[in-house]
Amino acid sequence: MSKDVDEVTGIETTGHVWDDDLRELNKPLPKWWLYTWIATIIWGIGYMIAYPAWPMVNDYTKGLLGYSQRAAVTQQIEDGKKAQSKMWSGLETTPLNAVAANPDLLRFATASGRTVFGENCAPCHGRGAQGFKGYPNLNDDDWIWGGSFESIQKTIRHGIRSDHEETRNNAMPRFGIDEALDKKQISDVSEYVLSLSGLSKDAAASGRGKTVFAEQCVSCHGEDGKGNQELGAPNLADSVWLFGSEKADVVQSVHTGRGGKMPAWEGRLDPLTIKALTVYVHSLGGGQ
Amino acid sequence: MPDTRAEKATFGSLMAIIFAIAMAFVGISIGVGSPSGGMSFHGWCLAATAAASIYFILSHMAQDDGAPSPLSSSDAVNYHDAPIRFATIAAIFWGIAGFVVGDIIAWQLAFPALNFDLPWTSFGRLRPLHTSAVIFAFGGNVLIGTSFYVVQRTCKARLAGLWSPWFVVVGYNLFILIAGTGYLLGITDGKEYAEPVWYADLFLTMVWVVYLLVFLATLWKRKEPHIYVANWFYLSFIVTVAMLHVVNNLAVPVSIWEPKSYIVFAGVQDAMTQWWYGHNAVGFFLTAGFLGIMYYFIPKRVERPVYSYRLSIVHFWSLIFLYIWAGPHHLHYTALPEWTQTLGMAFSIMLWKPSWGGMINGLMTLSGAWDKLRTDPVVRLLVVSVAFYGMSTFEGPVMSIKAVNSLSHYTDWTIGHVHSGALGWVAMVSFGAIYCLVPWLWKRKALYSIRLVEWHFWVSTIGILLYITSMWVSGIMQGLMWRAYDKLGFLSYSFVETVEAMHPYYIIRATGGLLFILGSLIMAYNIWRTIRGDESRDAAEQPRVAAAPELRLNPAE
Repeated sequence: MSKDVDEVTGIETTGHVWDDDLRELNKPLPKWWLYTWIATIIWGIGYMIAYPAWPMVNDYTKGLLGYSQRAAVTQQIEDGKKAQSKMWSGLETTPLNAVAANPDLLRFATASGRTVFGENCAPCHGRGAQGFKGYPNLNDDDWIWGGSFESIQKTIRHGIRSDHEETRNNAMPRFGIDEALDKKQISDVSEYVLSLSGLSKDAAASGRGKTVFAEQCVSCHGEDGKGNQELGAPNLADSVWLFGSEKADVVQSVHTGRGGKMPAWEGRLDPLTIKALTVYVHSLGGGQ
Repeated sequence: MPDTRAEKATFGSLMAIIFAIAMAFVGISIGVGSPSGGMSFHGWCLAATAAASIYFILSHMAQDDGAPSPLSSSDAVNYHDAPIRFATIAAIFWGIAGFVVGDIIAWQLAFPALNFDLPWTSFGRLRPLHTSAVIFAFGGNVLIGTSFYVVQRTCKARLAGLWSPWFVVVGYNLFILIAGTGYLLGITDGKEYAEPVWYADLFLTMVWVVYLLVFLATLWKRKEPHIYVANWFYLSFIVTVAMLHVVNNLAVPVSIWEPKSYIVFAGVQDAMTQWWYGHNAVGFFLTAGFLGIMYYFIPKRVERPVYSYRLSIVHFWSLIFLYIWAGPHHLHYTALPEWTQTLGMAFSIMLWKPSWGGMINGLMTLSGAWDKLRTDPVVRLLVVSVAFYGMSTFEGPVMSIKAVNSLSHYTDWTIGHVHSGALGWVAMVSFGAIYCLVPWLWKRKALYSIRLVEWHFWVSTIGILLYITSMWVSGIMQGLMWRAYDKLGFLSYSFVETVEAMHPYYIIRATGGLLFILGSLIMAYNIWRTIRGDESRDAAEQPRVAAAPELRLNPAE
């Protein structure tokens, strides 16, 4: 048998041998491989003729189909805008309070607002607007700065304790840090605050705390502790707790004060988008 | 009579010492002079490595004047394998390190608290550490090690240069150390897969040029009339990577004492250069280089001829000609001019078959030896790697089609695609090559245990399948969620909803990664026992080629 034939298959080798036993069969190119390759080359050439492909001196070949990615995306954006334009102009001319009365407009505004909320508000307020500790739940009817259309819109536009000139701004004093109250007073007044919603376990302390509350807290939170939306003072007599309903949470609130922040969205979102977002937030379940 | 060989060796060693002293001087200057803590640390790393090298060379000279040991017979070649042994161990070490960091960041994606709010352990610093460790540290050491082995055997010639091969492996690993510690300390160029800063780039350029010269000079003095196909692939890998590395890292440092530099390209030209580099790093580092491995180790292990010489020529030249055009498919629907995108896509499609030429040659080389797929898990590692190669090189052109890309781009599908190539092809073919190489390099009769190889194979394969299938599902879901619109023309899902939807798949992916690490630890144990010289537990179950060539029984003829 010739040295140049592979004994197992009987196929000729190239006759080269490396490293004692490395050989190569002298097989032709597989036909199916070659023909599919030629097909992809023909397709590639066709594609380059059909679409913009080759750079020239000052320009490039535009392709027989006259397709332009930029023109196509411009067209798609135009089409999208056109499809929505009637609804947007309807939203623009309809007063904020009246949007909800028009079912088509309401559906459009909440659909738009939901998208805007998902990209801008969900990181703090949660995907379902359920909120987290320190970030209010927007589904309930417990509004710190008001739950009417106008109030919600103002909050979104100007933010809370933001750097906007007209921001909603009011800070709860740091009673402990600034030594306005001593530890015992803070403990007592916290017990009293808990008693407003029936959570107090120490009637004596709560009784002492009532006096402290009357001296220090009523100016914002009101005599009954039901809060004041004009001042952004939360209702302390309900079962909704922004910073937690444990005694330690309340003590910390009194000790260090509280003052969550929300950015102003005016300038970041256009007025019409804010209007749609307002309608969406109002529709979440707690609108007033 | 003057012993010219010994004199040459002494002269070479002296030159190497002078070079090492120069490097030590540079290192100390940077260590003392740089106000940047990280760069100063890197200067001291260079100086310490140079000092250790001087000690190593001197002790070697004292032993035997640096001359190679006498030839055992007149026609046997005195192969230079010590740097290859170094690269093999380095590859296993960096591989495991890279897999572990990769799995940590996979868990970070599922549970962001694992970032620990520390800069050094944040995803942003660990991610380039992972990619560089697996591609350049693991893959690079495998490529350097195997190419030095293969070029010697297929040329019947000792590696060119006395200390140059050592400089290549030690210098390359020092580059890895500088790059990797740089990322952790926040020193980076911020270019994907090209993160090392200018002084690391310069040092690598020097190492790489010496690598090229050693390879070329070895080819030059070959005793065989023809150059074996594996060497074509290795050479194209070395030459092209040099070109890609130099062009993509053209930058002007703000000062020679600062790591910060400015790239010479701006805007979309920078993006185009970056992806010309990035895609061809895949093409020439991870494809051509590893095809070189495939072309030597598969025919060697199965003892069969390469399936088709003609196919190897045609697919080699078409692969290297077409690959270099395909980079723009990473920038579809961006500011990159449309004509460039068209070319990138068309050439990617035309690249499909040239890539598959390697797959056909790899798989069909088993003609007449298919039973080895069942009996030898090392062959199975090599062959399954080629199967993954075929799958990835089909998936790649599909994903380069603009319509597909508009769905797949920026999603986890891309990550899954990369890993079917990286874990399935690159790592599996490397494992196969390492299992072949270790007994050959350390002159052992067999691997410590072929059954552990079997375990490694199955654990890794299941890990890879978990990884890529979860990323297909997650990536396609992510892409569909991003583009979903309601009837009124508003997006159906917010970004955070897509992240939430991917959470379970992130856990599956990270679990797959964990299995892959487990497989590599099994390998490390097996290799360690083999190197230590422990008696093989199942030598009888291993093929005769598992033994080092000197210890092999002749084939029964």
